[in-house]
Amino acid sequence: MSDSEKKKPNRRDFIVTATTAAGAVGVGAVVWPLVDQMNPDASVKALASTEVDISAVEPGQSITVLWRGKPVFIKRRTKEEIASARAVDLSELKHPEKDEDRAKNPEWLVMLGVCTHLGCVPLTDKGDYGAWFCPCHGSHYDTSGRIRKGPAPTNMEVPKYEFVNSNTIKIG
Amino acid sequence: MSDHEYTPKSKVGKWFNDRLPLLTLANHLTDYPTPKNLNYWWTFGGILTFCLITQIITGIVLGMHYVAHADLAFQSVEHIMRDVNYGWLIRYVHANGASMFFLAVYIHIFRSLYYGSYKSPREVIWIIGMLIYFLMMATAFMGYVLPWGQMSFWGATVITNLFSAIPLVGESITNWLWGGYSVDNPTLTRFFSLHYLFPFLILGLVVLHIWALHVPGNNNPIGIDIKKPSKDTVPFHPYIVIKDAFALLIFLLIFAFFVFFSPNILGHADNYIEANPLVTPAHIVPEWYLLPFYAILRSVPDKLLGVIAMFAAIFVLVILPWLDTSKVRSTVFRPIYKQFYWFLVADVLILGYVGAMPAEGLYLLIARVATAYYFAHFLIILPFLGLKEKTTPLPLSITEPVMGGSADMAMARNNSGFKEKL
Repeated sequence: MSDSEKKKPNRRDFIVTATTAAGAVGVGAVVWPLVDQMNPDASVKALASTEVDISAVEPGQSITVLWRGKPVFIKRRTKEEIASARAVDLSELKHPEKDEDRAKNPEWLVMLGVCTHLGCVPLTDKGDYGAWFCPCHGSHYDTSGRIRKGPAPTNMEVPKYEFVNSNTIKIG
Repeated sequence: MSDHEYTPKSKVGKWFNDRLPLLTLANHLTDYPTPKNLNYWWTFGGILTFCLITQIITGIVLGMHYVAHADLAFQSVEHIMRDVNYGWLIRYVHANGASMFFLAVYIHIFRSLYYGSYKSPREVIWIIGMLIYFLMMATAFMGYVLPWGQMSFWGATVITNLFSAIPLVGESITNWLWGGYSVDNPTLTRFFSLHYLFPFLILGLVVLHIWALHVPGNNNPIGIDIKKPSKDTVPFHPYIVIKDAFALLIFLLIFAFFVFFSPNILGHADNYIEANPLVTPAHIVPEWYLLPFYAILRSVPDKLLGVIAMFAAIFVLVILPWLDTSKVRSTVFRPIYKQFYWFLVADVLILGYVGAMPAEGLYLLIARVATAYYFAHFLIILPFLGLKEKTTPLPLSITEPVMGGSADMAMARNNSGFKEKL
């Protein structure tokens, strides 16, 4: 066989390519369900929202509720806390976010009580900024839940929530 | 490997062996020529095999009584401890067995580091060994989650959150690992399934590890190539078997001490509190055998880089055969490396210690220095030292240093004959 004859695709090459392609599609079709079965299932997704009664929360007080298996901090901030959160210069922040964007209603700060480093629950009213401190690896958060010091990369996440009425928050 | 052809004596044996040569394999394993100078550091391969079998047997038994469900797991473990006949014994053997397994594997790894057992032609044995070690860590981690105590839950949260450091897809990957938006029942059930599977993968890799070992044969304390079989070797059975058995008995004394006299000393009291997703324990610490890596993770102030450093600390071991440029295997003949070897041992112990301490102040500083030194050892010291170091003369055979011959003699022979071999 000469070189030019070798390079010319023949019917066998076509069969090999077609078989390989069909095989790859088949393997993918089998593997995907095996991978996807590990993703959050319908029953987990169904628990997507929680309503919380906040009428008993006094200024300065914070409650923790469970939403999707994660703690959510609902903090009724004092005037001083709001003022100190709003006074911060954005250039000082590792993850710059305005307090106005994090707490639509300045009195109420609602956020996931999950440290963005490795997922521990920070302690309330602790740390260098008098707000939250994660005991696991030493991240300090301010009165707006923004990361100020330590290994956490971002601010504590604000979930989707709304005030159903003045006494009830719906998270999710 | 013994080259002589083996024929079973009995007719039935011959009939069977012609169809499935299991008897040839058994003969290979008994006659297998082993360097006669192997010391007790070489007995840990046998001890580790024992540990693996112990974990599999006790684990299968525990699986008969354990319930993998977030609401029932904690109670079912207490049920094993209180109600199941000898349940306390089986669980304590399994829990402390994991620690004993890691104790043995660390001695086994540091044995290889001292005697250069990872060097050519044994690189593949080493890499398979590292895969086994990695699977052991994954298995132990998932096993620790199963009792569903506070440390189980928060350890699982912290470790699975490592993957959230991956840019863009991090969150999807953690949700996929959890089967939800946090560590919960789906996480527990999949960990149980995989915790049951992995030991059998390890078992398969152990077979490959031993197979790969039997191709070049054992390294030995002086690290020279030897002729097999020869005056320098003894058959595996009975010589090594009896030595391994004796070492195993001593090891079992220590094992039994932990099981019967301080079964909880290596665990954490917090794990006797049922998992609570609302409260993180004040001080989260992994099991002792993961502490050096945990210290490396925490010593880096950036989340992604910390995770990368931790995995790099393991990966750097995998490529060790190519980082160590020295042709001389045994540390016995490497006076400068010998010192660095003990620095590394001290460094890893220090990392383990600061890994158990809070990550702040002086501890954090020590962790950072020790982390830097850990990588410097493998990435800077080893490659350069191998090229620069003046090694002492190697003996021609294992028998030679025993049979006499002055240092000058050894030097003369080394110059004439051995160099070519290298």
